[in-house]
Amino acid sequence: MTVIPQESAPPSPPGGLEWIRKNLFSTWYNSLLTIAGGTLVYFTLINIITWIFKTADWRPITVAPLLYLIGQYPREELWRVGISMLMISFLVGMSWGVWKRYVRSFAIFLGILFTVLAVFPLETPTITLPIRIFVLINPFLIYFGYRIGRTKRVLGRHVATLWLVALLLIPLVILPGFDNSSLLPKVPTTVWGGLMITLLLSVGGIVLSFPFGILLALGRRSSLPMVKLFSIFFIETVRAVPLVTILFMFSVLLALFLPTEARIDRVIRALMGIVFFSAAYTAENVRGGLQAIPPGQVEAAKAVGLKNFHTTVLIVLPQALRLVIPNIVGQFISLFKDTTLVYIVGINDLLGIGNAVLNLNSEFVRLQMEVYLFIAIIFWIFSYFMSYASLQLEKALGVGER
Amino acid sequence: MVKDGAFTTKIPIWRDERVLKAAAQIISSILVFAFIYWAINNFIEITQQRGMPLTYEFLNEAAGFPIKESFIPYESTMSFGRAVLVGVINTLVVSAAGILLATLLGFIVGLMRLSSNWLISRIAFVYIEFHRNIPLLVLLFLWYFGIFTKLPAVNQSIALPDLIYINQRGFYLTWPDLAEGGALFAASLVAGIILAIIAWLVLRHIRQVKGTETYFGRISLAVLFLVPLIGWFVSGGQPLLLDVPVLKGFNYQGGLRLTTEFTALLIGLAMYTSAFIAEVIRAGIQAVQKGQIEAAKAVGLRSSQILTLIIIPQAMRVIIPPLISQYLNLTKNTSLALAIGYQELFAIGKVTINQAGRAVTVFILIMAIYLVISLLTSIILNIYNKRVQFIER
Repeated sequence: MTVIPQESAPPSPPGGLEWIRKNLFSTWYNSLLTIAGGTLVYFTLINIITWIFKTADWRPITVAPLLYLIGQYPREELWRVGISMLMISFLVGMSWGVWKRYVRSFAIFLGILFTVLAVFPLETPTITLPIRIFVLINPFLIYFGYRIGRTKRVLGRHVATLWLVALLLIPLVILPGFDNSSLLPKVPTTVWGGLMITLLLSVGGIVLSFPFGILLALGRRSSLPMVKLFSIFFIETVRAVPLVTILFMFSVLLALFLPTEARIDRVIRALMGIVFFSAAYTAENVRGGLQAIPPGQVEAAKAVGLKNFHTTVLIVLPQALRLVIPNIVGQFISLFKDTTLVYIVGINDLLGIGNAVLNLNSEFVRLQMEVYLFIAIIFWIFSYFMSYASLQLEKALGVGER
Repeated sequence: MVKDGAFTTKIPIWRDERVLKAAAQIISSILVFAFIYWAINNFIEITQQRGMPLTYEFLNEAAGFPIKESFIPYESTMSFGRAVLVGVINTLVVSAAGILLATLLGFIVGLMRLSSNWLISRIAFVYIEFHRNIPLLVLLFLWYFGIFTKLPAVNQSIALPDLIYINQRGFYLTWPDLAEGGALFAASLVAGIILAIIAWLVLRHIRQVKGTETYFGRISLAVLFLVPLIGWFVSGGQPLLLDVPVLKGFNYQGGLRLTTEFTALLIGLAMYTSAFIAEVIRAGIQAVQKGQIEAAKAVGLRSSQILTLIIIPQAMRVIIPPLISQYLNLTKNTSLALAIGYQELFAIGKVTINQAGRAVTVFILIMAIYLVISLLTSIILNIYNKRVQFIER
């Protein structure tokens, strides 16, 4: 009989002190770094905290929080923004139910955000109790949508259709309204502003740039030299120039290239510029996906007798687009940040509103730090959680593992 | 028997692939050109109404507007062409300085992020996540309006005596100037760099061909320092004069003056881009397989050799392509300077449009210049990229 040697017990997980020794004071220079870094962090934090709670004057923000969200949108028409918000919350919830973990982290983030906004202690007369209650409905609606979305009868294509309807309805019907309507009176885009316009421009930009991006990507890989040349020329030119120049081109120069009687809305022009710009980047992302599809897929499709068009639409594109979802989300995040540039062409996005508030009152003129920091934090929260959600999405799709 | 005809039936024209492809090309070309023709037709109509000729002759006319800072002599009586050139140089200067600073910061933060020290790694993490998730324009506003416009007045400058003075008007740095006979030293400095590079290339080639140790690293380093040192003594031991900023009347004179606009743009751009570069560098270093380092240790390389011979060359392959696109982004992002009042290419272009009234021509010129800058940068960096990539056997 052989004696099986007794295995020694696995080392116990390091305790607190052990962890500190290993991660902070492993060598003499690490100890030195820890002490220097710790001192730096300590004094920075102390300074920041005293500034936030003592020195800083947050009145430019607390005096008109709604301004940052919706700009000059008439307050008596506020319910239209609210309805749009509710629709989106419900759809996010349904998407969570249908596509499960692909959307989960984003849905939860949105729910928490609404809850925090609803209960945030602010003594501003414009934020009335009904508004708070209205905001607080959103997280429940997300959960309600989730429960509905989870039932077997609701399919992905239903939710996708609803999204399409909502994304057309909100910016084209609910928010702008009509000329001679008593229920939905016209609200010109000149009074739209704040986070609302930032979101509209970035979501609109990414959604509308998608078809163009796909066409350009296919064009760039086409075997037809003329089509290929046009696509490459467009993509490379747009990618080589700054977004500001393109926005400026659309806001100032577009009028020179259109018939004299054509007048295009200011916000639409900015949106056109963003789509124009974004399409080139979408095209490059989609091209990456197209290149990742093994040639065997196309050959197999041809072998079973599919035509070129069907091969592309039924075999190549669905696989390629699935692969590039995380990249598209990344592109969306940078587009979301880049929409601040519309401020330069005179649109009242978050940054524009911030500047307007600074000029509102002579006491506010020197409070740029507070206002810009507040705007930075809004952007930070959205971008950080979107990139977190995109990381989860990437894991769920298993992109890196194949 | 099968009739021959069954096999040679002609494919109908509307299903012949060659015909279809040709047709697709012709149709798409016609569509594109028709659109361009339509747009240009509209444009010509409008320009004729307003009387804006499509020529670049106005570039020779007097610009008539001042530019706050310029690295070449400029007066408002000089031409529009000169003004645009000032803009190009301002863009290039801030891009080059930004790239240098961003790379340096990015390397430091990227290495900090990889540190085994938990606290250091966390500090780097916070730095990266803060800068990556806010818009660059907001960051620039924070630096410029939030901090730099609140700097003290000239007579209350923040000062490191005789070294640096900071106030509302800008940053005044002590800067070395060439003294008389300093040209000799400057020449020896350039010569030293060139000779060192030649020595490095030649000696390394000899080593690679013959296999004998030529100490190319040490020798070229020695050349790099010795030649300028000789120049220093030959030129009389005092080739450089320190130009110290001095308060005269209401302003500082002398030294190197950086305006607050330039500095805010530079700091904002560099910090923003450095966060992205730090992530690129971290990914690159993490992409080097552990086995490589273990193997290097096993064959007895020293840790400095492991870094320079094993880790850096392999990490570079992963780092260079995304680094190129970060550099290009930084260059394009200089156009945001418009919002804080540093006059680079785009800002000067906008003033030119207002002054000369020729929106389209100026605009095409500006887009073309950005295109050239981007293309040149990417060509140069792609040549370098080809050199560091794997050569597959």
